[in-house]
Amino acid sequence: MAKPIELEINGKRQAVHCDPETPLLTALRDELGLTGTKYGCGEGQCGACTILLSGAPRRSCQIPVSAAAAKPITTIEGLEKDGRLHPVQQAFLDSGAFQCAYCTSGMILSSVGLLRTNPHPTSAEIIQSLQGNICRCGTHPRIIDAVHQAAKSIEERGR
Amino acid sequence: MSGSSIKFQPEPERYEFTAAPMHRFELPRRDFFKFLGAGIAVFAVARDTLAAQETAPTQGFHQEELPKDITAWLHIGEDGNVTAFTGKVEIGQNIRTSLAQTVADELHLPFESVTMVTADTALTPFDFGTVGSRSMPTMSPQLRRAAAAARDLLVGAAAKEWNVAAEGLTTADGKVTDPATGRSLRYADLARGKTLAQNLPAEDPVTPPDQWTIAGKSIPKKDARAFVTGKHQYTPDLRRPGQLYGKVLRPPSFGATLTSYDAKAALAMSGVIVVRDGDFIGAAAGNERDASRALETIQTEWKEVSHTSSKELFSYLKKNATVKSDDRSRKTTGSVEDGFAAAAHRLDATYTVAFIAHAPLEPRAAVAEWSDGKLTVWTGSQRPFAVRDELASVFHVSESDVRVIVPDTGSAYGGKHTGDAALEAARLARAAGRPVQVVWTREEEFTWAYFRPAGVMEIKSGIAADGALTAWEFHNYNSGMSAIDTPYVVPNQHIQFHSTQCPLRSGSYRGLAATANFFARESHMDELAHAAQIDPLEFRLKNLSDSRLRAVFDAAAKSFGWSHKKTQEGQGFGIAGGLEKGGYVATCAEVSVDHTSGAVRVVRMTTAFECGAIVNPDGLRNQVIGANIQGLGGALFEFIEFENGRITNPRFSRYRVPRFRDVPEIEAVLLDRKDLPSAGAGETPIMAVAPAIGNAIFQATGTRLRGLPMVPNGLNTAQSGVPSTS
Ligand code: FES
Ligand code: FES
Repeated sequence: MAKPIELEINGKRQAVHCDPETPLLTALRDELGLTGTKYGCGEGQCGACTILLSGAPRRSCQIPVSAAAAKPITTIEGLEKDGRLHPVQQAFLDSGAFQCAYCTSGMILSSVGLLRTNPHPTSAEIIQSLQGNICRCGTHPRIIDAVHQAAKSIEERGR
Repeated sequence: MSGSSIKFQPEPERYEFTAAPMHRFELPRRDFFKFLGAGIAVFAVARDTLAAQETAPTQGFHQEELPKDITAWLHIGEDGNVTAFTGKVEIGQNIRTSLAQTVADELHLPFESVTMVTADTALTPFDFGTVGSRSMPTMSPQLRRAAAAARDLLVGAAAKEWNVAAEGLTTADGKVTDPATGRSLRYADLARGKTLAQNLPAEDPVTPPDQWTIAGKSIPKKDARAFVTGKHQYTPDLRRPGQLYGKVLRPPSFGATLTSYDAKAALAMSGVIVVRDGDFIGAAAGNERDASRALETIQTEWKEVSHTSSKELFSYLKKNATVKSDDRSRKTTGSVEDGFAAAAHRLDATYTVAFIAHAPLEPRAAVAEWSDGKLTVWTGSQRPFAVRDELASVFHVSESDVRVIVPDTGSAYGGKHTGDAALEAARLARAAGRPVQVVWTREEEFTWAYFRPAGVMEIKSGIAADGALTAWEFHNYNSGMSAIDTPYVVPNQHIQFHSTQCPLRSGSYRGLAATANFFARESHMDELAHAAQIDPLEFRLKNLSDSRLRAVFDAAAKSFGWSHKKTQEGQGFGIAGGLEKGGYVATCAEVSVDHTSGAVRVVRMTTAFECGAIVNPDGLRNQVIGANIQGLGGALFEFIEFENGRITNPRFSRYRVPRFRDVPEIEAVLLDRKDLPSAGAGETPIMAVAPAIGNAIFQATGTRLRGLPMVPNGLNTAQSGVPSTS
């Protein structure tokens, strides 16, 4: 068995035992049971596997586990705090910004990442930063609305 | 029912289904109460009239033999909660929510008290599949009648309890009330201690749409929280105790057969199970990587067969057309020759559509588990009962020993009618003696799934000097018969479908052949309008008597501002519409074309849609807008390239799907016809998108694009339809 690699996931330290070059996505899903992060393409093209690495949205299918060691990782499972949804999750829920919802985890994480660096994005900026996320069901307009709504509610919570 | 001037016999859509096993459903009534506990159960039986409307599958039985079986049931538990069972599948079309609304509405219960159990062959009644937009028109009224019958039972039970007449008792909010005395009993009290089962009376009166209270409202998706928290488990997310991960070794090309095989190295690897069964080769291991590595060590040789390529596609389809066609695939009224002779303008044109992929974001996947010779499979399929039968036949076990469960699925769009991953997982699991999960890679999904069939449509038409259609001759090669009829009034028509050899595995797609037939017909109507120098909307209305179709054309045009003058260089408006599967649609599109770069941008679209009484307006809007966005991909740039039996663009980096930047401003205008039964909505709203955009491009540029996709590389290099027709 390979040497354990320590990951810091959703504020918790967890060791994985897979090959260091295993994609982070596989380690999360198959070793740690964090299946909220989805596989959609494995080539960095669809965004379904998006997580936050040191706060920035990254495609977990493109990151070897070894490169993620000792850096804080946030997955969809880590956004809810004490039973309270993250404002982006709440906004997706309130806007019904999904159909089959398979893209939703990736969309939410990408949006959380965006709002960290740009708390008041324009629609054009949202489009720009979600360009790498595919929604095959065509829920794009509602997703854009949800991100605007989340920006507003984060501001209100902050006040 | 429909306004078209001629109608085909209900002709099976060639690509609607891939297989048609049909078995009678046996009702395990005793098990039912054992499973759910005591209470009141009502079983819905399909009525002949409803059954007859179902599209018949291609082989195996005739309409009159459709089973008059149980199609849904519901159960009122001792806690007053209601569970409704249907074999339908939730694939993002929101069926779980809209069917629960229907039940709650008719039973006079809060929405939250209703749970839907879907798509589990051990628990839900037989269902043909979540196909052809049939869930709302068939399942919804059946559940509604079951709910009405359950309400009658409850009222009857209360009447007995109070020793009063049932008439005059009322129901609301999960209670039966006697207005005379003011006393009431909760459903829970009435169901307690009972094991009462009833088949549905044939004609139970149900609540008309204008009196709906819960149906007809925008109620949020059931269990939505599980989706925004990542807790919902799609098939690839299931983890059975001790499960292995399976991989399949794919042949180098379609139709290749195995000639030599050496798996010594793989068999020597510890913790890996290797299976070879005929041409099937697969491996399962504790993780995907080990399974893949094992497969990489296997030495194989294959005999390949020759194939056509996407470059020759359209000539291939025409060359290989079957000469004989049966009466069900052609229809003539009047004489097209007379119609051509009477025409002031004549027009002949050929249109093409390429193969495209569904590419649902959740790839095909399954988990299979054998225990004591019985098989349980979880898989994302639109046809769980067909998959069950497929598994039973492939593994030579009885259907009652196979259970297929479909978790709410990461979409399908007609692409998940088969059980491919289920068979693979089950084969590996049987060898491993442990549960095995198989999740297809995106590349496998693009290669080994099936496609929307490509097609060639030839139209010859004639119009009189005043613009009235005099002749309409329509030939479709390969793509299928959905919406092949013209909704316009034409005295002389010949319409024919030609089957051909199809070079790629093809199957159902959102709207089936209607996307192809709408594109050809509505593009051609636009060409005729320009030839006659009549406004394209006016030209359509002039030739149209169907009032429901006229209504959606008017609604789309009005909301879009069809009559407004264009204000910018490179701007173009287009319109298209039609009817299919009980839904009426019209789309207006505005495009903007950059004449220097040739870039085409769809700026906005307005789609008016009418599908009878609306059950959930917000859910419907979501579906309509989604269909418009998906339609944009097939209209502008999606197509499958193939050569030598291989798909050469099997990746999202090579196969372009609509992304945020491609999405225009989209307006959905929903016409609510409370006087008409609800039709399905998942498919029809996609159909007018491509021709509306093509017609807009023509208006902006004078270039007529007759092939889908229209502008995979922008207009200047537009090679309409991509493969060449010559
Ligand atoms: S799975 Fe990582 S980007 Fe698609
Ligand atoms: S909601 Fe289905 S892929 Fe986005």
